[in-house]
Amino acid sequence: MTQPSIAIKDFTVAPPRITSWQRFRRAFFSRWIVIIGLVILLVMMFTAIFAPWLAPYDPYKQDLSSPLLQPCKAHLLGTDGLGRDTLSRVIYGSRTALLIGFAVTGVAVIVGMVLGLCAGYFGGVVSMFIMRFIDALMSIPMILLALVIASVLGGGLKNVIIALSIGTICPYTRIMNGLVLSIKQNDYILAERAMGASDSRTMFSHILPNAFQPIIVMITMQLGFLILAEAGLSFLGIGIEPPFAAWGSMVNDGYQYLMTNPALSFAPGICIMLVVFAFNMVGDGLRDALDPRLRGMF
Amino acid sequence: MTLVIFFIMRMLPGDPLRLYLSETQSLESMPPEAVAALRHEFGLDKPLILQYTSWIGGVFRGDFGTSIYYRESVGTLMLERYPITLHLGLLSFVISCILGVLLGLVQALRRGKWIDTSLTVLAYFGISIPTFWLGILLMYFLGLKLGLLPISGYTPPWENFWLSTRQVIMPVICMSVMGIAGTARQMRSSMLEVTRQDYIRTAWSKGLGERTIVYRHMLKNSLIPVVTLLGMFAPMILVGSVFAETVFAIPGVGRLMVSSIFGHDYVVVQSITLLVAAVVILCNLIVDISYGWLDPRIRYG
Amino acid sequence: MAVILTVENLKTQFRIEGGLVKAVDGISFHINEREIIGLVGESGCGKSVSMLSIMQLISTPPGEIVDGKVIFDGKDLLKLEAKGAEMRSIRGSKIAMIFQEPMTSLNPTLTICRQLTEMLELHLGMDSQASRKRGIELLKLVGISDAETRVDDYPHQFSGGMRQRVMIATALSCNPRILIADEPTTATDVTTQAQLLELMKDMVTRFNASLVIVTHNLGVVARYAQRIYVMYAGRIVESGNSKDIFGAPRHPYTIGLLKCVPRLDEALDRKLVPIPGMPPNLIRMPPNCAFLPRCQYHIERCMQEPWPELREVGNQHYVSCYINTQEKQ
Repeated sequence: MTQPSIAIKDFTVAPPRITSWQRFRRAFFSRWIVIIGLVILLVMMFTAIFAPWLAPYDPYKQDLSSPLLQPCKAHLLGTDGLGRDTLSRVIYGSRTALLIGFAVTGVAVIVGMVLGLCAGYFGGVVSMFIMRFIDALMSIPMILLALVIASVLGGGLKNVIIALSIGTICPYTRIMNGLVLSIKQNDYILAERAMGASDSRTMFSHILPNAFQPIIVMITMQLGFLILAEAGLSFLGIGIEPPFAAWGSMVNDGYQYLMTNPALSFAPGICIMLVVFAFNMVGDGLRDALDPRLRGMF
Repeated sequence: MTLVIFFIMRMLPGDPLRLYLSETQSLESMPPEAVAALRHEFGLDKPLILQYTSWIGGVFRGDFGTSIYYRESVGTLMLERYPITLHLGLLSFVISCILGVLLGLVQALRRGKWIDTSLTVLAYFGISIPTFWLGILLMYFLGLKLGLLPISGYTPPWENFWLSTRQVIMPVICMSVMGIAGTARQMRSSMLEVTRQDYIRTAWSKGLGERTIVYRHMLKNSLIPVVTLLGMFAPMILVGSVFAETVFAIPGVGRLMVSSIFGHDYVVVQSITLLVAAVVILCNLIVDISYGWLDPRIRYG
Repeated sequence: MAVILTVENLKTQFRIEGGLVKAVDGISFHINEREIIGLVGESGCGKSVSMLSIMQLISTPPGEIVDGKVIFDGKDLLKLEAKGAEMRSIRGSKIAMIFQEPMTSLNPTLTICRQLTEMLELHLGMDSQASRKRGIELLKLVGISDAETRVDDYPHQFSGGMRQRVMIATALSCNPRILIADEPTTATDVTTQAQLLELMKDMVTRFNASLVIVTHNLGVVARYAQRIYVMYAGRIVESGNSKDIFGAPRHPYTIGLLKCVPRLDEALDRKLVPIPGMPPNLIRMPPNCAFLPRCQYHIERCMQEPWPELREVGNQHYVSCYINTQEKQ
């Protein structure tokens, strides 16, 4: 009996291997709407960073001699009730929107993660306290909660950030808590056999890499809502108020002049919509690209 | 039921404390004597804990306290407005469910074709659009420019059905857009998930037609995750009503909330918040129950 | 015995990211009346896909039946529209199929009664009372005790073996001419396996139907099948009566398969010899014999000439091989 003299690999060549980064890129960019979203975001970030150079006028400068102008050559989107150029305000508004989005996300994620870690790590009464509190918070819709808190604290940028952050910490806390609990169960058994003190370190080294994915996913899901919430708050009058340029309050201002100067409300509104849309698209794309189960679905 | 009460108890510590703090701060703009008189009238000069417990006691007896601004019992205020918001809210909810499920169904069945892609894009816009802005948009085009629909005000349906319906169309559209979009998305993806299941292949092998398979086999299974989502809609619709009512000047609970917040009428705010939380919990309960109806595994498992 | 189904040169392909997978690459076989056939091969050799192709249950975006004929009742089934009324009337009532995973093959949100009776109502036009009665009868026939009460239960309330019995009952409810069992026992434990196989044999005898057992386990078909087809890499490499296949296997693959399975009639200390190597990648198929890399009998000719055609080596016994392996043993 002779051994096969032909190498098996001549006929059983495996398909080419690709790295996970390449796979991610392929999955992420495979849908054209995701790309559009990304483009919108990039444009917005560009506008936000280069606002002073892009805006034709100072957004705060009032020109009481020419209020409520229709869109014309000098003012592409017209002016508001106090003569401020709408276009400039819209451009500067992108700064506010981005700022709030990132600031709130940053604060919420950090606070939420810390709370979740504490709840999971210490367990017992601390955990019960924290998680009950979170449960209670979650039963009130985020916008309402933020509304109430913001009204209590008063308007203004700082308070809006605080209010929105409090509304947003819940999911992150839950994620961290769940993660810590599941790891605790695994590693306790090991830790008993290992050298005592290393259990806390192993927990942290396990937790953080695992936390990355669900937290990113949650961030992408929340960002769009955050911007909507902020816009909503400013629209209602709590939150960023004029003279600050924020899209939500601009819509509110324009509301009064709807008949004559629709552009005052429309322009900022369209921007809000586009940006939230972009965040949602990119978020979805990120989610789908990172989710191993959905590979090959496109 | 005890769970529900327990949940509410847990929630309350957060809000009233902060509100009490604010109250003492904001009243400084009024003349001191009036402030003192008000304080006494509303029992604000009692220590915090007492205020809290007396309020809670009142709640259980059905007495929500008296509004500072309106000088009426909060209960009356809410009773006036509640049905209005309920009217809007229920309509929005029903429309969200039905349209959302239908659209999602259509998308899943015609996957990849033109109608699917366009509806998907629309759905994405739907969840990105700010409610209030949509309201303004609609108001402008349908109300002011074309004069098709009234832009504000509210009449109960039993007074003047046609007018009431016309008034209600725009706000309800605003409030349901997000719901429709979200439901359609979820319905589509869960339908696609179900299509890949083995039991659908079995159904095909039995020789059943497409329509039978969709309605009898796929629907129930697809609706399960959708129902979870629907449970989250109640709060969303409530929030939507805040915006819609403000834009369209409808005297509902949402508007009341906003004006109370501005007027620092903390009693009202508290009560409404409590109510909202209760509604949310109720909705979650309903969702849990309907799970049992849809998925027999939970019923007997 | 009369032939009731003939498959000629069936070819089914799947277009995936890496290329074109030729899952079924030209197979031909036939089924006679009241006969039990075994279709044996490794995972991925195309046996399930070929059966699904007969029923036109291949999902068409990635998959496509590109060639071949399936003659049943004088008609070529592949010419019928997959979702059309005619094909649908054949599925379930003339040709029925049961699947591998009883756990997931039944709809969890419908009662067993509903899942049994829908076929009866659809194909036989029974009303709900009559179909329910018949459903209970069928359940009793397959050995479900307390059929009257259990008929309104849901699938999750049954064990795996019982669910498979329910599947068998459903499949046979409209008296099909052919029952295709795709790996019916792979997901069950050994005792249940034996029971299910015995049940299937009883049922098809009772209903005068033919049975096709698709499996990777030769032991399963040894006892029941009258004829066996061995598949490898999308083609049939050996076919014949079970006596011949088990007694005098000719294709090196079949020989290899039999060497992996312990037999009662041999020495206790005979070593089980696995077949070396891996199954081929169906996207990059070589032009010559696909079994070549794993074949210990190969000769020069095997490398140079294309995949061998089936040639007759005995009564109804065909082999796709250039070598006379009988000499080499």
